[in-house]
Amino acid sequence: MNRKLYDKLIFELSKPGRCGYSLPHGDNDDTLAQLPAGLLRLDAPALPEVDEPTVVRHYNNQSTNNFGVDTGFYPLGSCTMKYNPKINELLASDSTLTALHPQQPVETVQGVLEVYWNLQRALSEIGGMADFSLNPFAGAHGELTGMLVIRAYHESRNDSARRRVIIPNSAHGTNPASATIAGYDVVEVQSLADGTVDVEDLKSKLDETVAAVMMTNPNTAGMFEKNIPEIASMVHAAGALLYYDGANLNPMLGIVRPGDMGFDVMHINLHKTFSTPHGGGGPGSGPVGVRAGLEQFLPRPHVVKAADGSFSINCDDCSLGRVSSWMGNFSVIVKALAYIMTMGNDGLCQVGPLATLNANYVMNALNDLYKQPVAGPCKHEFVFDGLADKSTGVTTLNVAKRLLDLGFHAPTIYFPLLFHESLMVEPTETESIETLDNFIAAMRQIAIEAHETPELVKSAPHDTPMAHPDETEAAMNPRLTYSDLCK
Amino acid sequence: MSNLYFLPTHEYARVEGNVAFIGISKFAAAQLGNVVYVDMPEEDDEVEAGVEFGAIESVKAASDLFSPVSGTVVEVNEALADNPRLVNEDPETNWIIKVEMSNPAELEKLLSPEAYEKVCEAEKH
Amino acid sequence: MPHPYLPHTASDIEQMLARCGVDNINDLYSDVPTSLRLKDGYNLPESKSEMEVNAAVKALAGYNKPLVCFAGAGAYDHYTPAAVASLVARSEYLTAYTPYQPEISQGTLQYIFEYQSMMTQLTGMDVCNASMYDGATATAEAMMMAVHSAKKRRRVLVSATLDPKVADVVKTYAHYQDITIDVIPAADGVTDRAAMAEMLATGDVAGVILQTPNYYGILEDFDGFADLIHGSKALMIVNSHASTLGVIKPAGQWGADIAVGEAQSLGIPLSYGGPYLGYMCATRALMRKMPGRIVGATTDENGQRVFVLTLQAREQHIRREKATSNICSNQGLMTLYVGIYMSLMGAAGLREVNRLSSSNAHALAAKLQATGKMSLTYPDKPFLNEFVMTLADGITSAQVLNVLRDNGILAGVAIDDNHLLIAATEKRTNDEINAYASIVKTL
Repeated sequence: MNRKLYDKLIFELSKPGRCGYSLPHGDNDDTLAQLPAGLLRLDAPALPEVDEPTVVRHYNNQSTNNFGVDTGFYPLGSCTMKYNPKINELLASDSTLTALHPQQPVETVQGVLEVYWNLQRALSEIGGMADFSLNPFAGAHGELTGMLVIRAYHESRNDSARRRVIIPNSAHGTNPASATIAGYDVVEVQSLADGTVDVEDLKSKLDETVAAVMMTNPNTAGMFEKNIPEIASMVHAAGALLYYDGANLNPMLGIVRPGDMGFDVMHINLHKTFSTPHGGGGPGSGPVGVRAGLEQFLPRPHVVKAADGSFSINCDDCSLGRVSSWMGNFSVIVKALAYIMTMGNDGLCQVGPLATLNANYVMNALNDLYKQPVAGPCKHEFVFDGLADKSTGVTTLNVAKRLLDLGFHAPTIYFPLLFHESLMVEPTETESIETLDNFIAAMRQIAIEAHETPELVKSAPHDTPMAHPDETEAAMNPRLTYSDLCK
Repeated sequence: MSNLYFLPTHEYARVEGNVAFIGISKFAAAQLGNVVYVDMPEEDDEVEAGVEFGAIESVKAASDLFSPVSGTVVEVNEALADNPRLVNEDPETNWIIKVEMSNPAELEKLLSPEAYEKVCEAEKH
Repeated sequence: MPHPYLPHTASDIEQMLARCGVDNINDLYSDVPTSLRLKDGYNLPESKSEMEVNAAVKALAGYNKPLVCFAGAGAYDHYTPAAVASLVARSEYLTAYTPYQPEISQGTLQYIFEYQSMMTQLTGMDVCNASMYDGATATAEAMMMAVHSAKKRRRVLVSATLDPKVADVVKTYAHYQDITIDVIPAADGVTDRAAMAEMLATGDVAGVILQTPNYYGILEDFDGFADLIHGSKALMIVNSHASTLGVIKPAGQWGADIAVGEAQSLGIPLSYGGPYLGYMCATRALMRKMPGRIVGATTDENGQRVFVLTLQAREQHIRREKATSNICSNQGLMTLYVGIYMSLMGAAGLREVNRLSSSNAHALAAKLQATGKMSLTYPDKPFLNEFVMTLADGITSAQVLNVLRDNGILAGVAIDDNHLLIAATEKRTNDEINAYASIVKTL
């Protein structure tokens, strides 16, 4: 990537009279003039006027300010930044798929529906679930949909007393937010020193007012919740359902299925475990799966297969209704299916173990210089509570920024909230030992610098396209558009 | 007897006659860091003791503001709209809202400065 | 077994295990109860080569029959210039995540800032967030914003002319939060203003959701609506398909508080319904109530103008259960599609797209009427590129759709047994329009 910032905005390249489009002249009469003037814009929008070569250079140059998985190592914890295979992009951009209107009759989109069906079945197998809906657009959207499935289930049993959802304090911030948007009150359950759920505390909070318990396993400290069978039976005995946040599914591939652990409802992030690119924040995909007996609560529309082998779309009324206009982010679904086909059973079964091996390798190479707050092997990711030696005043933020100088993306920082100086590293299975060794060397170098030249680390980054931004200024005087800048 | 009362959620009420000036404590202002925005109610709005009346945001955090007393908002501190950092400079002078109390007896349930001090001590650990 | 995405050699694994102090990878899973463990892998086919996967997916794609598209109903077959597809494929954009580290994410932050700037221009609003999942969820989020702004009022009105899919998503979100959704009836295909005034009079309404061009393609006249709605302290929310805003009066110019909708029409391929892009813009007064990511400008220590995620205190990762939305991402790359598309088109290009789409739609409507087999359902109402046809006695929507399908044409979307919603874009040619009309004539 760049060392020098490309700082132009497309608006600043605009010149009246330039144009970047070409359209046919059209054979029919102009009808805009016949529309009542009161329904038309008062003025033209102030969009840039730019020729095509300028647009192309602008967006190419701008892209060089960015760091992606294809640029280098991206150990962002809980985000599973694995390699995004190129064949998947090629297949998803096939014009016979991209040209299809979502209202094409089902008999003309049998191939599309088979893609949906195949992924629904593959995810059900991998999740140990009965069925999946591919409609949710992202992990948080999947969580919300899953929570709504749970509400619909309790409502169907006329059990209206269940108004609370229990969530560990180590959970992703979206968990409590999703439960709240689903209309639930959130109750936190404490974590033990090893980062796992305090079963006694959970037991004391379980009663007939609890609708569900949301868990991430392995949890955000990278630890497997080994009491999960006991937790599952406690939750079920209390009449509640157990929800699996699939954000950390990657290390479980080939090892254990959420359904077999006793989970009733789950979501999967296709953009994490199933290799679809993150796209700078989206589009993702957050399919929701349910165990047998809950299928009828999944959102509509939903793809089904008839006895004669043909596919159709079930739009029947269900208690949950719709969570999206159409059926989710279709092209992301194509990419995930292609990934599963490429990996196959044999490949998928290596993903979890190798992701876990990579994480443990890095953790063990650094835990003399960084504080490892929880003992024992981790799973796909691990958390350090900052540098082992706190006397230098070098913080996790400083370490993260110094890593940018050394050519790496930073880990997730200040999450989970269990530790003050959380630094969360997830290498994924697609990184080689050489890449990991380079990262280890960089992390060790920073720990040494923290002693010898602490100012160098505290004032990092030094070698990125820009220096530290003034975030207070950004929040106090928000300038959110080009016209704000021109004021 | 001090005219300063606190909620454990770090709001204070400085009482003058039947009017309470409500803001956040020095401790809370220090914990939040640079305040970038204060979400305030409007004049004539009703507030209720223990119920949120607004929110305060720094770059990295946001907290709801709870009212120590019930009553009617008679003034909001407009200066904070332009310069929210006044809260950091002197939180106890730069109150957020001024409330005409409807039930001054509620003051008895609030913390004294000494009792509040202990709450802050406990939170530091 | 070596695999192209897994770089580990046998000796790498050995070396790594030694560092971890274990004999085999299984030892790293000793905390997973054996009773739960997967015994014989998944019941899935074994791995395939890239050639085989390519062939298998292409075979699936071959089971589809792309039709010449005269359907709209929320998804429009506009042309995507080649430069858009070429630029969005750049892996610096594609393979990055949310720009948490602004120092190495200026590319993403800059294009989102440009997108926000363009969308506020298009909608006539002050501020815009970094995008929502789709037009329907954006509308549901706007509904929640209205309720949160109103504090105690928990009733939201939606016009009967709102896309029913969007209305359904709004209802799903509302139902479980005990928000009441009431439908303002339509009169002659548009929102019944008198009925709305009456419903507002109860004083418990937090927001009103309207759509133009509405589900039936009609351009609604919201003159005076803002005063009525604001008079009862409710927020006015206007949903529009983004491309039409190149010519029609946008939310901001009607006095709306929130503009939302689907931005697929700005350069995003149909792709069987996704990924698309929901936009949300608002007045400055509502800036801090907006859900989702927002990018703002600031300066770095060297005085360079740079961009950061800002106003983050509103968001779920800080507010957790106090957050007013659970969204923690955006449709990132799709805002890049829209930004590049609008850069190429400019205001003149957007106007041209609308001119061509509209003239094609009107030409088609006239030719279909001339067949005598269908007539405009709302002949007195102005429309842009989409309209409803009432079918002549004895002809059903299914019949029209089936016959046209057999001739390679997607005739539209059935509203019911004898009403068809039909759209045209700049991509449709007179040959296609004439073919459509001549087949209808034979019915």
